[in-house]
Amino acid sequence: MLAVLAVVGLLVFGLVSKGSSGVALGEVAPAAPLPRLGGGGDGSLAEYKGRWVLVNFWASWCEPCKEEAPALERFQRQHGGPGFTVLGIDSRDLTSDGLDFVRRYGLSYPQLRDGDGGAAHDFGTTGVPENFLVDPRGRVRLLVRGPIDEDYLQSNVAPFLPGGES
Amino acid sequence: MRVRVLLGVLAALAVAVPTAAAEQRASLTEIEKQVMCPVCGTLLQLAESPQAQREKAFIRRLIAEGKTEDQIKDALVAEYGDEVLALPQGSGFSLSAYVVPIVALLVAAVALAIGVLRWRRAGGDPDDRGAPPPAGPDGADADRLDADLARYDL
Repeated sequence: MLAVLAVVGLLVFGLVSKGSSGVALGEVAPAAPLPRLGGGGDGSLAEYKGRWVLVNFWASWCEPCKEEAPALERFQRQHGGPGFTVLGIDSRDLTSDGLDFVRRYGLSYPQLRDGDGGAAHDFGTTGVPENFLVDPRGRVRLLVRGPIDEDYLQSNVAPFLPGGES
Repeated sequence: MRVRVLLGVLAALAVAVPTAAAEQRASLTEIEKQVMCPVCGTLLQLAESPQAQREKAFIRRLIAEGKTEDQIKDALVAEYGDEVLALPQGSGFSLSAYVVPIVALLVAAVALAIGVLRWRRAGGDPDDRGAPPPAGPDGADADRLDADLARYDL
């Protein structure tokens, strides 16, 4: 009996710890602390409460991420400030490769590291790149699975930002 | 004599040191059997994805730096977390993966042994053992039985 209970307990634990997760539109985005890419302690989405944040999950080995990164950097230079930032989360990647990627594409927006993919799991990502626009109250307002480009950013993200249309 | 002994010791050391070093030298073939490609969810040995290629390159780099197998696995855990290891580590919750099945098996064996001992000690037909005595008739049957018995003056 005890053995059966132990096995059932393990199965339940497995289901609870590995079960489905993720955020839907309108839900509060996960804000667990993550190490900053390149050191300097931990950072979190919670630090940006009160600002619009475009959370961008990426990895250096991901080809579409290479195409997306310059557009994100241009958007950050254009709109980044007290009301908005892009927040990169380097997921399931080697630190050195992630840092090389940041240098190669001259990314100036903040970067966190999600080596074990825990944050990606919490957000419910299905791969990289994926983007989540989080409002100043921490709720997800846009969710894009796959790469985004300059047109998408200007027509779908910019209107939400301070000075935008909505 | 002393010189011969000293030379003998030095010769033994000269053979032993490279042997020990060779034993500790890590190999990609061995390590990729023991670690996962976190993105693919398969053994690194079987993975060919871009992430797996980076992971293999990382391992090769550490081997070239002279790191041991354990040091390389530690470095992979630092990068990708515990789940990069194909087999659970022998500590913390992961240890339960080894311990729980063994404990469950032992508990089941002990429970079976106790059951068999009790059965043997009680003896006889196990169907009769501990069974409640058959209940007598009740209701209409009991009344009819009483009436039948009353007809006989025993």
